[in-house]
Amino acid sequence: MLKSTQDIHRIDINNRETQGAALQPCPKNLNRDLILLMASAGDSFYNILHLDELARMDTSIHRVHPLAKLLVTVAFLVAVSSFGRYDISGLLTFFFYPVTIFVLSEIPAASILKRLLLISPLIVGMGILNPLFERQTFILGGVVLSTGWITFLSILIKGALTVTAALLLVATTGMDRLARALRMLGVPRIFVLQLLLTYRYISVLTEEVARMQRAYALRAPGQRGVHTRAWGSFAGQLILRSFDRAQRVWQAMRARGFTGDYNIGEDTRFKFRDFAYLSGWIFFFAVARIFDVPGFIGSIMTWLAKH
Amino acid sequence: MSHHRLEARDLSFSYPDGHEAIKNISFCIHHGESVGIIGANGAGKSTLLMLLTGLLFPGSGEVLVGDVRVTKKTLPMIRQRLGMVFQDPDDQLFMTTVYDDVAFGPRNYGLDEKEVGERVMKALDMVGIPHLKDRAPYKLSGGEKRAASIATVLSMQPDILIMDEPTAGLDPKSRRKVIELLKSFEHTKIIASHDLDMVLETCKRVMVIRDGQVAADGEALKLLTDAKLLDSCGLELPLSVQGCPVCSNHIG
Ligand SMILES: Nc1ncnc2c1ncn2[C@@H]1O[C@H](COP(=O)(O)OP(=O)(O)OP(=O)(O)O)[C@@H](O)[C@H]1O
Ligand SMILES: [Mg+2]
Repeated sequence: MLKSTQDIHRIDINNRETQGAALQPCPKNLNRDLILLMASAGDSFYNILHLDELARMDTSIHRVHPLAKLLVTVAFLVAVSSFGRYDISGLLTFFFYPVTIFVLSEIPAASILKRLLLISPLIVGMGILNPLFERQTFILGGVVLSTGWITFLSILIKGALTVTAALLLVATTGMDRLARALRMLGVPRIFVLQLLLTYRYISVLTEEVARMQRAYALRAPGQRGVHTRAWGSFAGQLILRSFDRAQRVWQAMRARGFTGDYNIGEDTRFKFRDFAYLSGWIFFFAVARIFDVPGFIGSIMTWLAKH
Repeated sequence: MSHHRLEARDLSFSYPDGHEAIKNISFCIHHGESVGIIGANGAGKSTLLMLLTGLLFPGSGEVLVGDVRVTKKTLPMIRQRLGMVFQDPDDQLFMTTVYDDVAFGPRNYGLDEKEVGERVMKALDMVGIPHLKDRAPYKLSGGEKRAASIATVLSMQPDILIMDEPTAGLDPKSRRKVIELLKSFEHTKIIASHDLDMVLETCKRVMVIRDGQVAADGEALKLLTDAKLLDSCGLELPLSVQGCPVCSNHIG
């Protein structure tokens, strides 16, 4: 009981207009605040999922043919991930790509970086053991360090670059057009359909989580998260419910004549502009991959300084 | 026009868990008819509508649209002629904008983009939400979502309009708008609902479903004022009939 009173107090202090009521526990307020809290949790779910809403903007990047953007992204991923584990300076050139896309597409950087942060534990997790396991050392500013730190750093950079590139692709293209591009590449319809539906059902799933969480929180005031005792039934419910809903969404799609190939209804011709975009970037990636551009610039600088 | 006829012959359906939701239902709906399907929760209304649209296939019996039997093969053609509005608009709206959602059906039928655009705007005009065309469907209010989900079906220009609970969860004004909208359609209409007042206003014929069977089928005004029948099917007299003793005497 005491705990829940404290909770109310804390919640209400955050909420300036209701400070007067904060001194006494009022279930009505509690409910309202919880609803507000839960609603905002639900909102952020939406925002994360609806990345491809950004794809509705109309900029020079958005107008590039989806196939060109897809191929450029694939080339970028291949180039970045082909770098050796100690090669950091070469990777730096590749930041030029996401930065350019950010600027030209006017995609708010925060919207991508937030999602990158969400995935970052995964990237850190992949690299964090390297400094412990690698036996070789190097010296930086008089301190002896494991070369694992370099590997770790290179994993972080590669992770950040590739995830950002993939997110930018979705944000500037949209899932539906992306699916079209995959089809044009000859990816079998069944895989593309799988991708599209998975994407759609992720939002179905998280909506169900948000709803159930809301229902749970309203009946378990003063409790943080979902109690371990309820985890089993919560998860079971979630699977059944999302399965049901996914099925209804699928039915609604079929009822309107969906057979697996979705026609976006846009001009899909590959124009000269698209070709220039594609070949321009691939040329850039090739140069950046083969020559160590920052190292090269560095050596020119030192050469200039010496002479 | 016989090709607008919708006929069910000895339909039966059991869900995979063995629950028998539809038992031996037969009826025939003609061109231009407006039919209300009423019944308590779990009576089998939604299941029946899904059978009619080929989203489920009957265990026995058959559904005929015009003279064509609903089978896997005829589905694409059938679905173009039957427009189904689902009970929950959230199930029906899945694209990123209202426009794309309304265009989804026509595009699936391979219309060119100019015609798609015309159809979309016409459908949005009919339900009165052309101003919402660029909004994200999941951000709309309940009534707006309902209107949008009706538009997604209208854009396919179906011959027969099938709706599951079109007024559920709407405030009185939105409900009124939907009712006026339904009244204005000259399509063949099939409306499943508990909102008996709405059914009374929009439908001339009513089918009462009880435990998966047709308990009564006839003129709306007659069945909807039959207190005993409605009571035995878990329903009540419509409010408009209940409210005024003079009228109910007069009709009864
Ligand atoms: N997926 C399913 N699996 C098993 N049984 C189901 C399923 N869906 C519905 N049922 C059962 O079939 C019966 C008819 O359900 P249906 O959804 O058609 O009812 P309804 O008349 O539309 O009810 P409501 O007015 O509540 O929408 C109910 O008893 C229900 O429990
Ligand atoms: Mg139902």
